[in-house]
Amino acid sequence: MVQTKTQFGYRRHPDQDRAGTDVAEHPVVVVGAGPVGLSLAIDLAQRGQSVVLLDDADRIGEGSRAICFSKRSLEFWDRLGVGQRMVDKGVVWSVGKIFHGASQLYQFNLLPEEGHKRPAFVNLQQFYAEAYLVDRVQELSGIDLRWRNKVIGLEQRNDHVLLTIETPDGPYRLHAGFVVACDGARSSLRQMVGAEFAGQVFEDQFLIADVKMTAAFPTERWFWFDPPFHAGRSALLHRQPDDIWRIDLQLHPDADPVVEKRPENVRPRIARMLGHDKFDFEWISLYKFQCRRMDKFLHGRVIFAGDAAHQVSPFGARGANSGLEDAENIAWKLDRVLRGTSPEALLESYHTERSAAADENIRESTRSTDFMAPVSQQEARLRKAVLSLAKETEFGKRMVNGGRLSVPSTYDTPLSTADRDTWRGGPRPGASMPDAPIAAASGQPMFLTEAFVGKGAQFTLLEFGNGAAIDAPEGVETIRIGGDDGLADTRGLAGTRYDAEAGTAYLLRPDGYVAARFRHPTRPALDAALARAAGLNRGLS
Amino acid sequence: MTLSTSSNFAKPDDAFRAIVEAHRGLSEAQSADLDAALVLVLANHIGDIAVLNEAIALAKRRMLDAGQQQQQQQQ
Repeated sequence: MVQTKTQFGYRRHPDQDRAGTDVAEHPVVVVGAGPVGLSLAIDLAQRGQSVVLLDDADRIGEGSRAICFSKRSLEFWDRLGVGQRMVDKGVVWSVGKIFHGASQLYQFNLLPEEGHKRPAFVNLQQFYAEAYLVDRVQELSGIDLRWRNKVIGLEQRNDHVLLTIETPDGPYRLHAGFVVACDGARSSLRQMVGAEFAGQVFEDQFLIADVKMTAAFPTERWFWFDPPFHAGRSALLHRQPDDIWRIDLQLHPDADPVVEKRPENVRPRIARMLGHDKFDFEWISLYKFQCRRMDKFLHGRVIFAGDAAHQVSPFGARGANSGLEDAENIAWKLDRVLRGTSPEALLESYHTERSAAADENIRESTRSTDFMAPVSQQEARLRKAVLSLAKETEFGKRMVNGGRLSVPSTYDTPLSTADRDTWRGGPRPGASMPDAPIAAASGQPMFLTEAFVGKGAQFTLLEFGNGAAIDAPEGVETIRIGGDDGLADTRGLAGTRYDAEAGTAYLLRPDGYVAARFRHPTRPALDAALARAAGLNRGLS
Repeated sequence: MTLSTSSNFAKPDDAFRAIVEAHRGLSEAQSADLDAALVLVLANHIGDIAVLNEAIALAKRRMLDAGQQQQQQQQ
């Protein structure tokens, strides 16, 4: 079973011994030690911040829950020093197959090109991800992780937030410069700030079963419409580490959850699916879901991230992955604001960028859900037509929607500098940096994302060599490809993926998104792009 | 591109006839299935979301007009 530590002890902290108005002050308090809160705390700590991380439980949650972690999430975790451990333990996959009835409609490969450090996805039980993140937290000095610390009160003041925290030793209070609420779908902090959380409720119920078996299935995502073993509904099969398989079955809207969840009722259904009953249950859970988000992710000095801020249907692996994208987005901005190198207004771009991403995730996953569970007779008819056309036409295959898997959003953001030069490709401002295989000056093969991590995930100028190095602004790191002493684009893929010519340069943000790009950058142009990306030139346009 | 509403077939009667004949002998449900598939095939052939949206708007407007006329007749 699980070898990693999942149970943690409450420990009294000296902050709890303060009396009356003598309240401990902390620059940033993160609430919720799930994947999002843990990753955010690590990112902040690696940037030099001291972080208090509170969690109301004292153990890592049960069940596999989120299991698909995207390439983007793995690249983020590489920056946090935990990516390799996740990949080593995880099950790597990039092929998905879609079946209708007993026959395969089509298959897709999410990462059809080579030369990326990370695969399209790894499957890994959420409890492993959390355990590895907790291990990383404990390696860092900057994070004070307090278990069984439940926030029960929140007051916004002019320059801080006053938190009241319940513990086994009774309540105590803290001053936080900023609070980041990563406390999940049922966020109590969201209620404390009085925010609305309305959206679309889906009536269909889904049953998750994790079963343990040694099976001959390939490491792929298999999705069925109307399978022979589960007529009229949909089903999903996915492999996890430790010979665990995730099975997701759509139930009838009027199915009784208590009855459906009983192992004696789940077992025959899964035996029909697998063709045998040589399996054991690890976990069974039944769920309905909603698609919704908060109107504003910023409430004064309280910032919402992950499921606390937005929820999507599970089809598309957009829940945990989008929460991790929230974390990487807010971490560097909060770090700059806490250092005083950027104004607080920079945080507004977190809402702008991530609420648009949440809208995109909601739109995509709602479409998938509607396709799986048509709400009217005509929708069912159109779906039937798509499924039948998919057998013989390419366009039909592409219209079949068994979940559109998470890819990072491209931000339409005031932090970007609009292109002025002509580009035929490459990531536009607001897009995340594509990886590429390169070689170190020593000839050692490496990846571009590793070079970015090596520079500390700061503002970084990615230059494609052309004689003299570009005069980079202060505080901006440089990655140079193709210069005399630089990294080598051994296979030409970096140049292709960035549509590079001699002299091309990309200004990357600390979260690895493109802020600006130039064919031949000048120092004033770089200075202006940097100022814009750091939120320093509000009012200028 | 915008939606073309000028007459594009050399022999419009042939086009109308082809669609009508495709539905001959089908039940209401089968006809609806055929229409659904046909709409998807033709929409993909057009391959332009703006044109598709215009076509949907035009088709829907006709429906609304018909609904209003019916209401007026009832009054």
